[in-house]
This record gives sequence, C-alpha cells and structure tokens, in this order.
Amino acid sequence: MSKDLKLLNIQDLYACIDDTSILKGINLEIKPGEIHAIMGRNGSGKTTTANIIMGHPDYEVESGIVELNGENLLEMETWERAREGVFLSFQYPQSVPGLQVGNFLRKSVAAILGEEAAKGKEFRNKLKESMKELDIPSSFLGRYVNDGFSGGEKKRFEILQLMLMKPKLAILDETDSGLDIDGIRTVAKGINAAIRGTESGALIITHYSRILEHVKPDKIHVLISGKIVKTGGPELALELEERGYDWLEEGSED
Amino acid sequence: MVVNMADSDAREAVGDYKAGWHDPENSTIRFDAGLSEKVVRDISELKNEPEWMTEMRVKAFKHFDERPMPTWGNMSMLKQIDFESICYYLRSSKATENDWEDVPEDIRNTFDKLGIPDAEQKWLSGVTAQYESEAVYHSIREDLEKQGVIFLDMDSGLREYEELVKEWFGSVVPYSDNKFSALNTAVWSGGSFIYVPKGVHVELPVQAYFRINAKNMGQFERTLIIADEGSSIHYVEGCTAPTYSTDSLHSAVVELIALPGAHIRYSTVQNWSANVYNLVTKRGIAHEKAKIEWVDGNIGSKLTMKYPSVILKGEGSHAEVISVAYSGSGQHQDAGAKIHHLASNTTSKILSKSISKDGGRGSYRGLVKVSPKAENCKLNVVCDALILDEDSRSDTYPTMEVANPTARCEHEASVSKVSDNQLFYLMSRGHSEEEALALIVNGFFEPFTRELPMEYAVELNKLMALEMEGSIG
Repeated sequence: MSKDLKLLNIQDLYACIDDTSILKGINLEIKPGEIHAIMGRNGSGKTTTANIIMGHPDYEVESGIVELNGENLLEMETWERAREGVFLSFQYPQSVPGLQVGNFLRKSVAAILGEEAAKGKEFRNKLKESMKELDIPSSFLGRYVNDGFSGGEKKRFEILQLMLMKPKLAILDETDSGLDIDGIRTVAKGINAAIRGTESGALIITHYSRILEHVKPDKIHVLISGKIVKTGGPELALELEERGYDWLEEGSED
Repeated sequence: MVVNMADSDAREAVGDYKAGWHDPENSTIRFDAGLSEKVVRDISELKNEPEWMTEMRVKAFKHFDERPMPTWGNMSMLKQIDFESICYYLRSSKATENDWEDVPEDIRNTFDKLGIPDAEQKWLSGVTAQYESEAVYHSIREDLEKQGVIFLDMDSGLREYEELVKEWFGSVVPYSDNKFSALNTAVWSGGSFIYVPKGVHVELPVQAYFRINAKNMGQFERTLIIADEGSSIHYVEGCTAPTYSTDSLHSAVVELIALPGAHIRYSTVQNWSANVYNLVTKRGIAHEKAKIEWVDGNIGSKLTMKYPSVILKGEGSHAEVISVAYSGSGQHQDAGAKIHHLASNTTSKILSKSISKDGGRGSYRGLVKVSPKAENCKLNVVCDALILDEDSRSDTYPTMEVANPTARCEHEASVSKVSDNQLFYLMSRGHSEEEALALIVNGFFEPFTRELPMEYAVELNKLMALEMEGSIG
C-alpha cells in the first residue's frame, strides 16, 4: 500500500453555521483500513465535522479541502457523496413514517451499490446475517424507518445500514451514546465486521472511551473549539478518561 | 389514474401529467353544447328508455335548474363552471363490445396505453371501459356470470334488468340530494350496474375505467352496486383525461347497497387532468352486519368536491373511508367523508391524508353523526396533512354530531412539514432530493396504498414520484 494513499484527506477546514465559526482549521488524514476517533466535549465541532463530510446544507465551508480518495467531496451533493462511498451513522436518525425498513434498505443499497446488489439471494443472506449479528429480529423489516424505535434500536439500525452499504468511509456520530454495555458491544461488533480487514476506513465520534475498547482505533484526535489539539494512539482515550479535557484546553492556548 | 407505460414515453408525450394526450375526435353522435329539457329528453329517447326514467330525468333537470350552487367548498371555482359550454352527450363508438379487437382503433390504443387490457388479463374479474358518454368495452369472467353475478354498463343494466334498477336507482342518492346529483340524474350515461347474488364472493376485483377525450366534455356516469346477503365484491375505478386549456366536467353518482352481511369495497384512484371539475356524490347503505369501505384517492382534477358516505342502517354494520388527496399548482381537493350511525353497535373509521404542494389546496370536510337511538357506536377519525411548501394550504373541517351518550368517539388531526433533516437523512443514503421527497410522500400515503390492489399501489407510488420531480428549488 502506498504511503501517500489517503482515504480521507481534510486540510485547513474552516466552516460556520449562521455566521458562527465552528471549525477553525481542521487537518485530518485517514488511510485505507484505518479507524480513527475524534473525542471532545459537546460543542467542540465533532458533529459539525461529520455533517460537513456528508454535506449537510446548514453548514457553510469557508475554506479548506475535503477529499475522498483524491475526489473533492465539497463539490458533490450529499447523495453523490453517499454513492461515492461516504456513510454517516446519525446521532439522531430521522423517522420516515410509512416507509418500511425492508423497502428502505433495498432502495438505499440499490442507490449506492447498484440495482444488482439489492437483488437476489446474496442480498437476502447478507441482510439476514447482519441482522442476526446485531440481534435484530426479522419483524423489524416490516416496521417504519426509525418510527417509534427505542434509542438502542435506532443505533443498531444505523449499523445494519453500515454493514449493508459497505462504504469506503464510515463516520459514526456518537453511535455509542445512550447504549448500555451490551448495546455498545453489539454495535462495535458491527463496526469491526464492516471495516476491519477491508480497504475501508472509519471515523468514530464519541465522548467516551468505552466503545474504543471494543473497536481499537489506530488514532485518536482531540477536538477543542474547532481545532484538533492533540493526536495520539489508543492510550490517549484512557488518559482523557482519567484527566478530562482541561489540561489540553490550557495547552491549546499556547 | 393508473397508467402502465414506460415513464419516458409518457413524459415525452404530455409533460408531467402522464395521461394528457388526446385522440382525434371521431364522434358518431355529438350533442350541441348546453343544457335544456330538450337535451335531457333527447338523451333518454336516444337510449330508448322506459318512460319512468325519462320522467325522473326531467324532474331532476328542473331541480338542477332551480337549485343554487353550494355556498361552501370552493365557491369561486364553482362559479367559473360554464354549464352552457359543456357537451352533455357524446358517443364515439357504435356499440359496447366484448372483444377489444372490435373497439375502434384510436380508442383501443388509448386503453392499451392506459394498460387496461393487460390488467384485465392479469388480475381482474371483469372490466368496463367508458369513453366519453358510453361504455366501449365490457366483459366479465364466465365463471362469475355462471354464478349469477351481473356486471353491466348502466344502460344495458336498465335494458336487461329494468325491475331491479327501478327498485334501487336513486334509493341511496335521490336526485334532490344536491345540485350535482340532480345534474347527474338528468343527463346520466354509462357507469356500472352490478348485482352480486346471495353468498357469492367475487374474489378478484372488477374494474371500471373512465376516459374523457373530447374538449369541454361532460361525463356523467351512474353506478349502482347491490351486494346481496353475505356476498362480497371489490370494485376498482380509475379515470384520466387529456390536458386542455378549457374545462371539462365530471359529475358521477355512485350508489352502493350492502344487504345483511355483505361486504363492498369501492376503490378509486382519480387522476383527472388539471382542467376537469370533479363533483361526485358517492353513498352507500349498509344493512345489518354489512360492511362498506371507500378507498378514495384524489390525485388530479382542478376542483374535486367529494365526500364518500355510508349510512349505517343495520345493527352491527361497519364503515370505512380511507382517502388521500394530492393538490398541486392550481388544484383544490375538497374531500372527506360522511358517516351516519343510525343503528346500534355500528362502527366507523375515517382516515384522511392530504398533501399540498406548489400552492395547491387540500381540505378535509367530514361529518359523523350518531342518532339518538344508536347505542354503543364506535367512531374513529384521523386526518393528517403534509404541506410541502409555504405557498400551499391545508384546512380541516371536521364535524361530529353525537346524540347518544354511549358512543365512543376518537378524533386526531395532524399537520406536518417535510424537514431538512429528514431529507438529509435520506439523501445520505444515496437518494437524490426528489427521490427522498418521494420516499417521504409515499410513506405518508402508505396507509392508503396498502389498501389498494398491488398493481394500483405500485402505479400510485410512481405517479407521486413523478409529481415530486422538478419540485425542488
């Protein structure tokens, strides 16, 4: 694998919402097969980063580069990014009453991976297998997308989509929040199954180190006030757990 | 309504509205525009009707003439109807055929394009196809005929079963019910006459398709369905018309009679072009333990005023009205339901869903009445509206008159908008903005579409996806 090959390349990214500056020069590189984590307090810009990579219309990119395998994501519409291989597991997945889960999954896989990928035995087997892995009962397929789902069901449904859509880059926005230990373990299993041993990469956004114990990221970045102030290995998560963010905040002012 | 053709062909042909093409007008008989007692008598004479029918038509005409326009609904649109510019009778073929090969070629091509012969072979018990004023094609499966099921166009019904027609015609919707039921009774032509004998279950739906082709046309079909004790039938109707710059008028009357224990389901997907006034009276009477369901989809037309009704006359009878309405630019769908609980232990359910977009206007107008003698009735009304932009409008006019304290009433109403976050979520799954909107809209209509035969549901979804195209600014 070439050393220079970058799955995700973010350079000097500045972004705002309603004239409030949120990201103030983000630099982030993820290589194929790598899992990175971004940690930070509420309001530090974690979700903004995720939304900008996916192309949420509320955010304005002021300057900088966001590329996937060398392709400029910022010039693409959200659905083009999805078809290019970007997947976002939402912190608050939206409900679509009347749209059945099975139908939605088939249509979405077809939109992203092509009609053929959403047909036939192979798709059905993969669906069955993934649902089993995530402890999702088959009755789930007849329910409406996120309509009346519990918090845990929503998160597992996001991971089910991740497993079926086989993205090049998976962004997981606080997928662990609101889950109990078993839930975190199940979700981590799904993430590992989707990413490990492939050329895909992942960016995990979280407050807590617990999910990282199960996913084992290659790198951890600490985001404070719209800037990455520290990057380290998995050990950084434990340090943050112990010491909090204050020591980094002071450091960032230097 | 349901148009089974490749989207691309259709869009090339007529822009957004898929069924807006027209054939050259090859009429064999065309009445001059305008309405008078003479026109009414001429229609009756042409059809060689019994005198009682002629007299009923004339009485109805006089009532129509004297009766003022409704003072509710969309009065300004109603005022624009020019009754003198409408053609009240137009026949384009010599006879009603029972083989598509014998139907005049132009007309046959139109129904081919609409996918009717194809649907007939695949999933229907019988078909009647009406073009302008008369049925041009009619057939019913032999096995049903052998069981005594009568399925005819209304004119043939009157000729062949005069006594039955005389007994029931106008018994559910008298001509004096409203201005447009009077108009229909005066100039009716075509429609379906159905009788299902005791205990016979018609498994596959029967379908009627109504097509207006000429300009300034008035179509006034009349349908009467009698389901005898313990029988059941599902009747499906669809309708389309060409897009013209001048208006046409569709004013039908439908009467349903469900005798004890019978079950009638009547499904409509109305997709008239945006120059058609659709002013229809639909009502059924449910006898003891009978069940009547109206599944009513309103997608097209300029102005629709339609409130499918059920009179729950027999103890333990049940009514359901499930309707959807889509109002686009320049359209007003004033739709709803009426239920009269006259007997004890009767139950009813109304589900109304409306979508308005591009300045369209949707209104739900509903009336549920429980009479003083009707004990232990249950009624449930749910109306949901989805508004797709700031220019569009949705109103709800629900009325409940409950004169018996043992009734259990539930009423829920909601108005919602499509949120940016909902669209973003779906777009992040590879769906374009229009596709995402179509998924939301079809989901909103899902409680309706799941009640339709599968083939109709699929077409309705496609139709809505087309309506969502070009809707994103």
